[in-house]
Parts: sequence; C-alpha cells; structure tokens
Amino acid sequence: MEEKVLIVKYGEIAMRGNNRKLFVNRLVDSIRKNIDEYGDFYVVKEQGRLIVEARGETKAEFDTIIPRVLCIFGILGVAPGIKVTDQSIDNIKEASLKHMKEFFGDKEQSFKVLTKRSNKQYPIVSNEVSAIVGEHIFENMDNLSVDVHNPDVVLTIELRNDAYIYSHYIMGYGGLPYGSSGKAVALLSGGIDSPVAAWLMAKRGVEVSAVYFHSPPYTGERAKQKVEDLARIVSRFTGGMKLYVVHFTELQLYLLESVPEDKLTIFLKRAMMKVAEKIALKEHADGLVTGDSVGQVASQTMQGLNAISAVCNMPVLRPLAGMDKQEIIDIARKIGTFETSILPYEDCCTIFVAKHPETRPKTSVINKIESRLERIDEILEKAFEEMELIEI
Amino acid sequence: MKVYFDNAASTKILPEAAQKMVEVMTDYYANPGASSVMGMEADNILKSSAKTISKLINADEKEIYFTSGGTEGDNWAIFGTAKGLKRRGKHIITTVIEHPAVSMPFKVLEEEGYEVTFLPVDEKGYINIEELKNAVREDTILVSIILINNEIGTIQNAEEIGKAIKEKNINTLFHIDAVQAFGKYRIDVKKFKCDMLSVSAHKFNGPKGVGFFYMKKGVNVKPVLYGGGQQNNMRPGTENAAGAAAMAVAAEESYKNLEETNKYVFEIKKRIANRVLNEIEDTFINGDTIEKSSPYVLNIGFKNLRSEVLLHALEEKNVVVSAGSACNSRKKVQSSVLGALGLEDDDIQGSIRFSFSRFNTLEEADICVEALKETVPFLRRFNRKR
Repeated sequence: MEEKVLIVKYGEIAMRGNNRKLFVNRLVDSIRKNIDEYGDFYVVKEQGRLIVEARGETKAEFDTIIPRVLCIFGILGVAPGIKVTDQSIDNIKEASLKHMKEFFGDKEQSFKVLTKRSNKQYPIVSNEVSAIVGEHIFENMDNLSVDVHNPDVVLTIELRNDAYIYSHYIMGYGGLPYGSSGKAVALLSGGIDSPVAAWLMAKRGVEVSAVYFHSPPYTGERAKQKVEDLARIVSRFTGGMKLYVVHFTELQLYLLESVPEDKLTIFLKRAMMKVAEKIALKEHADGLVTGDSVGQVASQTMQGLNAISAVCNMPVLRPLAGMDKQEIIDIARKIGTFETSILPYEDCCTIFVAKHPETRPKTSVINKIESRLERIDEILEKAFEEMELIEI
Repeated sequence: MKVYFDNAASTKILPEAAQKMVEVMTDYYANPGASSVMGMEADNILKSSAKTISKLINADEKEIYFTSGGTEGDNWAIFGTAKGLKRRGKHIITTVIEHPAVSMPFKVLEEEGYEVTFLPVDEKGYINIEELKNAVREDTILVSIILINNEIGTIQNAEEIGKAIKEKNINTLFHIDAVQAFGKYRIDVKKFKCDMLSVSAHKFNGPKGVGFFYMKKGVNVKPVLYGGGQQNNMRPGTENAAGAAAMAVAAEESYKNLEETNKYVFEIKKRIANRVLNEIEDTFINGDTIEKSSPYVLNIGFKNLRSEVLLHALEEKNVVVSAGSACNSRKKVQSSVLGALGLEDDDIQGSIRFSFSRFNTLEEADICVEALKETVPFLRRFNRKR
C-alpha cells in the first residue's frame, strides 16, 4: 500500500536526551495547529521523522500546507513524498517510478538513487536497493540519465518502519521548538532591527513577549499600529504573542528637563530596560531581547551598551550584536517584517535625539546623575501600572 | 464629539447623497449598458446625473464622464493628451504646486522624453501669467493648473490663465485640477476656456471612489482605459450609477446658496486665523491673505514646533487637522508646496492645515483655538531642533 505524505525532518532535538519526547510532542502540536484549517491531516511519529498524512474522503493538497509547516521552529525541512507500507522491492520500484514521473514528467534531468536503510532487518542492502530502483526508473523514463557524482535530482529512499520515497527537500528555518528554551521579553521599537531580534530568539526556542514604549503625541497612533503589525508578523512563526504598550511621554519629558542632552538616549534606554525587566518578572521570563547592533548608532558602543545593561539583573540577549545592517535587512525581508518596518512613523527613541549624542558614557557617571533624578522611579512605576496589554 | 477640520482630505457624506446611493444600489442595480428596461433605467440615472453636473459648470451633459475620482481625471487629462497630441508637440506645462496626481504623471512623461515646464509661484502661491504666456510655444500641447491649491488654498486666476494660453496658442489644451474647487467656487468652463477639468466627489460631501471628468467636445484626448465601450468608448468599465447619482446630489446641494455658504465658512476660518495670530506667539499664515485664499483652507505655521506632534496632540483633544497634504503624510517628505513658496525647512515643519466644510461651526473654531492654546506652549517647551 502506498500513499502521498509529507516527510518532516527535525534537527537538534534528536540530540536532546531525556527532553526529546517533550520537544517532539511540541513539534507535533505545532504542526497540527498550523495545518488544521487546511484539511483532514494527521501527524505520526517515525524514528527521527514526523510524517504528515492526509485523511478522509477528499485528500487535501500538500502544497498548501508546506509553508505552514516550514515556518515552525525546530523543523529542518520537509519533503513531499510517498509512503510504502508493504516494503517489497517491487512495490518500492513502482512507487519510486510513479514519484519520479509526477515530479519530473518529461524534463531532461540526471538523477541518482540514495537509499538509507535504518531498518536493518530489510533483506536487501542499501546499494543494491538503489541499483535496482535506479535501473527500473532509467528503463522507464527516457528523459532521465544517471549521474552518481553530480546529479540534478537525488531520489531518496528511507527504509524505516515503512519506506519513504522523496526527491524534493525544502529547507525550513531550523532552530528549536517554540517555547522549549524558556521565556524572554523583547523590546520592539518599530524599526528594522527589533522584530528581527525577537524572531531570532523565538527561533532558538525562546517564548517571546514584546513591549513597546508609546509617547503620544510625539509618536502617533499609526506608529503604535505599526508595532502591532510587526508583532503580528513575528507571531506567524510563534502562534501568538503578548504585546505590552507602556506610555512613556511623561518619562521622556522628565528626562528632557533633567539630564544632559547628549546623554538623553542612554537614560531613556535604561528606563526602558527597567520597565521591560519588571514585565519579564511579571511574565516569569528570564531575559530581555533587544535589537542592538554594536556600533550602529551612538548608544550602541560597548560603553553605551554597558551603561544601559547596568540597570538590569537579567541577561540582555542581543542576537544582532555582530551583524551588519544589510545582514539584518536580509533577515527582515525573509521573515516579512521589512516592508512594515520602513514605514516612516516616529520611533520612540528618536524623538528628542541630540545632535551629538554621547558615545562613551561612563556607567558610574550615569548612575550618579540618575541617583539625583528623584521622580524617575515614581514615573516608571506609574507607567508600569498603567500599561496596556494587547494579545496578538 | 470630534471637531473635524480636515475636510480638504475628505468629507463626511451628505445624508441625502448616502440615501440616494442606497436607493440606486438597491433599486437600479442593472448594468446601465444592458438592453433591458432595467438597464435603461440605470442609464437614465447616469444621464440625469451628468446633466445636473454639466449645468453647474456650464458644460454640455455629453462632456461629462464619470471616473473613479480626482487622480483618474488628472491622469486621463495628462496621459490622454500626450497620447492624442504627441505628433503636434511634446511640450507640456504645469506648476510647482500641483497635487501628486498631476505632478507624478508629468514626471513620468518627462522620463519618456516630453519636455516639461514647471512654472514657479510667488511667495503667496500664484503663478505669473506673463511667465506662463512666455512658456507656451507652438509645440505646447497641454497646460495643467491646480485651481485651488490643496495645502494653502491659493486660487489661481483661471479666466486670465485660459485667456493667456489660448491667445498664445489656440491648440494648446488647458486642464484644470478642480478637486479642491468644485462645490466651493464657481466654475465656468467656457469662461475659463478650459478643455478638461477633474473633480472628485468626496471633497464636497459626496462618496469616495467617484468623480467626474469634463472634456470639451472635439478635443483629441485619448482614453487611458480600454474595454467594453462604455461612456462613448472614452472611459470603459461598468458605470458607477449609485456613485454618480450621489455625487450629483452632493454637487447640487453645495452650489445652493454658494455665496452665503462661502461667507459663513470664511467666518470660521477668520475666527481661527485671527485668534491664533493674536493669541499664540510666533505664528504666521502660509499662502495669500485669508480673504484672498479659499475660505475652506487655512494653513498656519507655528514656529519651533513639529506639525506631526501638534497634530497628534490636537487629536487627543478631539480636534482633527492635517500636517501637509493627507496623501503625503505617509511619506516622510516635507511639503513641496510650502517649499515652493520659499519657506525655510523649520517653518515648513511647523505648518498645519485646517480645512473646513459648511457643516463646521464657529463654536468648533473656538474649541480648536482653545486646544491650540493649551498644547502649543507645552509642546514648544520640549521642542528640540534636530
């Protein structure tokens, strides 16, 4: 018996010892959730693979669900293929030929067959299976030639509990199942970098909540809407996200009147970190995520980052620290946030930015100035109390 | 309740127009091009709408075409003329204070090899008619002028302009972008000697997505859309009978007692202008004096302020205004119209447009001024120059 299936490969999880079962189950859940609306599918576990099979009268098309499966973190890639339950060599020959005809009709291609025999009980060794199947295909399809060194197409036959045949492997994003590495709070500004940073940490299995600092009337409703839209795009990969909106106008104006202009951004970012850490505690999260890229703007020198991070106890993850702008933009385009990020609304960090901001702040000096800001804690407490939660 | 002073961007639909629209959509839904009686009835609605509109601008009903709005009319006038008259010449003229629906097509044609003259304006926003006359040549096929500017409300002298163009070259076509003018200013296509005129319904309390294009009989302007032959083969596509009928209702209403209405609206504008100039420091009017520009548009500059911030602050107090032209505010560009008047960048940054309709009140003007008095000094305190 044979049927069309989607073969899902997962990566690092396979090495996770005792947690493996948990991670695999989480992947199965995510796949089910993501493809549920597209038809009657079910997901079965097979050694080191997940197999998506179509069920019911109307067999749904796999094409529509492939992108929905690929965007799940922890999945290395997928391949549409054929599952053969009765693994006699004749069945495998016929199924392989059928697969090749469907995918490569009359295209001029070179190919080879690669067999992986995980099921060591199988009576024929891998190379021999490959030779038998290869010959059968070659004899029945005029458009194909054999090239074992540099073929256009590799037909893979995996002999497991059942046999799986595929030729077309599509790469996913890799990473780890969402939520399998704990929680963090990401600071979203509405720019290009911060959504990419949040996405990268989500890819490593971190469950991300987001916080946006809103400063009306200096930042408009459209700026807030833009951040919501960005959170929505990132949550396509994560299945949902909490977005906290903290009103920061009072704090910004207080700082503007109280601190030296060139150090304003440092104080502002420190204040943001303090509130973000409070949110992280509330969310039982264990870290913060920012889109800082070293050297990109004045506050992103090592001294600047040190002065900013000095206010929190939690680790501050900066996945973009070593990336160039273009590398960040490439990811933003890939995950679909770029077009939204470049809409020109005011960014909360740039409203009162100084002409010549401090690039080498001394943490001790900043601490000292900040200790004289009597109202800062009270203002931050109020902002935290009054923040708004949007469930994306 | 919101004080809505952004009527140059769009207006609230007139209840009678909305009602008309529903009536046509539910009772006269047949395709106006159908041979059935129902089709004929729908077609009759288009005809009577065209008739109503044509009378208001002293045109013939056959010279009225229904479009999707101002942008389509402007594009049609420019690309249609370029296509129809390119053998006669490739020189076209417009001003530096046009809406993008005109200036962008001109730039496209410039890239395609047409020679474009962008007429400058003085500090009040007027073109120099002598300069225009000198610019019109034997090979000039089109002059396109915005009658009432959308940002500063400057009213060009259409009659003098039309006369100057035709005296110099009778074959040069004259297009008027009347999007901000129709319904608020008397338009006579014969007196203005214009060959084309673009109008959008939602600027005078009609529905969005509909407008009309006047094209003088006999001019050789090509269509920009091709299809099933509707509207004399000049603007194919199933006609929007409901939109056209609603537009006609709104048009007729706005031209009733126009002079009295304009006086009333001017009082609102005057109240805001005078109070702001007297009661808030470092403010100035952009464009011509409030009496000479359109009563519907008031552009005020606030020194040491960013208009975008003021806009959001006013919105918190339920006063809706606009910074730059609405179609432009999504792009981070400064107003090219204000730049063309010779304003400094800092002054452009602090300019706000208040635009009115006959449904606004003097009371709303006072609410607006009070909101400004509360917010402007506060925002200025924290304004930093970048």
